[in-house]
Amino acid sequence: MEYFNKLILLFISSMLINNIVLSRSLAICPFLGVSKRVNTALGMGMAVTFVIALSSVITYIVHYAILVPLEIEYMQIIAFILVIATLVQLIEMIIQKTSPTLYGALGVYLPLITTNCAVLGVAIMNIQEEYDLMQTLVNGIGVSLGFTLAIVLFAGIRERLELSDIPEHLKGFPIALITAGLMSVAFMGFQGLIK
Amino acid sequence: MIEKILYPILSLGGMGLIFGVGLALAYKRYEVKLDPKIEAVREILPGANCGACGYPGCDGFAAAVVDGEASTSGCPVGGTKVAEGICEILGVEAELGEEMVAKVLCQGDIEKAKDKYTYIGIEDCAAAAMLANGPKACNYGCLGLGSCVKVCMFDAIHINDKGVAVVDEEKCTACGKCVEACPKNLIEMVPKRNLVQVTCMSMDKGKDVRGYCSIGCIACQICVKACKFDAIKIEDNVAKIDYDKCTNCMVCAEKCPTKAIYANFEMRKLAHIDEEKCIGCTICKRNCSFEAIEGERKVKHNIIDDKCTGCGICAERCPTDAITMEVKERVVKM
Repeated sequence: MEYFNKLILLFISSMLINNIVLSRSLAICPFLGVSKRVNTALGMGMAVTFVIALSSVITYIVHYAILVPLEIEYMQIIAFILVIATLVQLIEMIIQKTSPTLYGALGVYLPLITTNCAVLGVAIMNIQEEYDLMQTLVNGIGVSLGFTLAIVLFAGIRERLELSDIPEHLKGFPIALITAGLMSVAFMGFQGLIK
Repeated sequence: MIEKILYPILSLGGMGLIFGVGLALAYKRYEVKLDPKIEAVREILPGANCGACGYPGCDGFAAAVVDGEASTSGCPVGGTKVAEGICEILGVEAELGEEMVAKVLCQGDIEKAKDKYTYIGIEDCAAAAMLANGPKACNYGCLGLGSCVKVCMFDAIHINDKGVAVVDEEKCTACGKCVEACPKNLIEMVPKRNLVQVTCMSMDKGKDVRGYCSIGCIACQICVKACKFDAIKIEDNVAKIDYDKCTNCMVCAEKCPTKAIYANFEMRKLAHIDEEKCIGCTICKRNCSFEAIEGERKVKHNIIDDKCTGCGICAERCPTDAITMEVKERVVKM
């Protein structure tokens, strides 16, 4: 029971309190790039969720089954990127087959998940925090759902911003960045959630 | 010691191999058959991803062309060659666009145009143009700071040693980036076959233009009167050539007192009559605006080389196609 509580706390903390985008400032590229429409943002969030969830488990196994016994932990980043790149290729194929519309909408940002620092960040964090396999999985899903939440909320706001009367020189990215900043302030409110 | 090198190689190599095989298997299952036409079109596009067509890169354009959204001649960089290739792939008639090239419509270099102040600041035309319309005394002149050079992806536009931008016609792909970049709107897309341009955009009165530039258009109307084809008009104190009517006879450039009309005299054509085909009908003689053809009825005609301007009207009218237009070395009378 103690362990189960710990997992729930980890989930909430990785999703809301330490939100990967809004408090750790990782994965800003897709956050700003694919957040013009809620639908594509949701698709991106799902793709990232899939990649992070799988990659955190696989990188965990790679780290403890290959890198540690062979004492080549210094190869961590290369090995992890290899795993991530493979998964991204896989998901690209799956999305292209199942939903060409989403494939078109995500465009260049889909292969760019490879270089999404959130994915590598989670994998490395899992190792640094010395989580076990279960915690790794929970942390991975928590982080990626946090990313999805942030990007979908952000896309919702941006859709409305497009219809609002914004000063000429703030249109487009400037107002998006201000919005992102305000959202990140708002997310600080979750700090008190866990004592 | 050796295992320190071997372990990483083997483990990472092994992982790469396993993932690679995995992906290959997945590819078999999830293979998406792309329209082979899209790939074929993509193959013949220039691949610079310049975006001049308005689509995100060459892939986007290829998909749009095959969908019928974009025009087959929509790639300004590839020109007619690519357009023809695309038409062949799609099996449609070519809608050939006129091949265009960018031209800088100012020749007021440091020797010919006066400055009103010395500009020391950001090396950018837009920045310089904000200070009292730029350092040139002429408000319509090339500032020569190279904003157009910076945006050109094909190395086709340069500032010459006298401080005005010049387009390299061989390299220019008519993508239109420089046209947008010039704060003075001095760069224009003109048909490639056109060899004559008014290289001045000054809308000031002739007297004022004379004051600050020796190669500016002073709206003297001489070219308008000289043009036999009604192709030049003065609008807003500057001559404008109607490229549809212009026959490249270059008479306007010869007559222009300030040489503001530029013509590529090296490319000037000369009519040549094939004596075997000529039947002596005098149609060409009657149509020549320059009295450059002599010959009596039923007798083979002759071109007077000195008078021929290379307009090509005779070649168009000749019923037996006996006249050909050729670029020939000729003494240029200026």
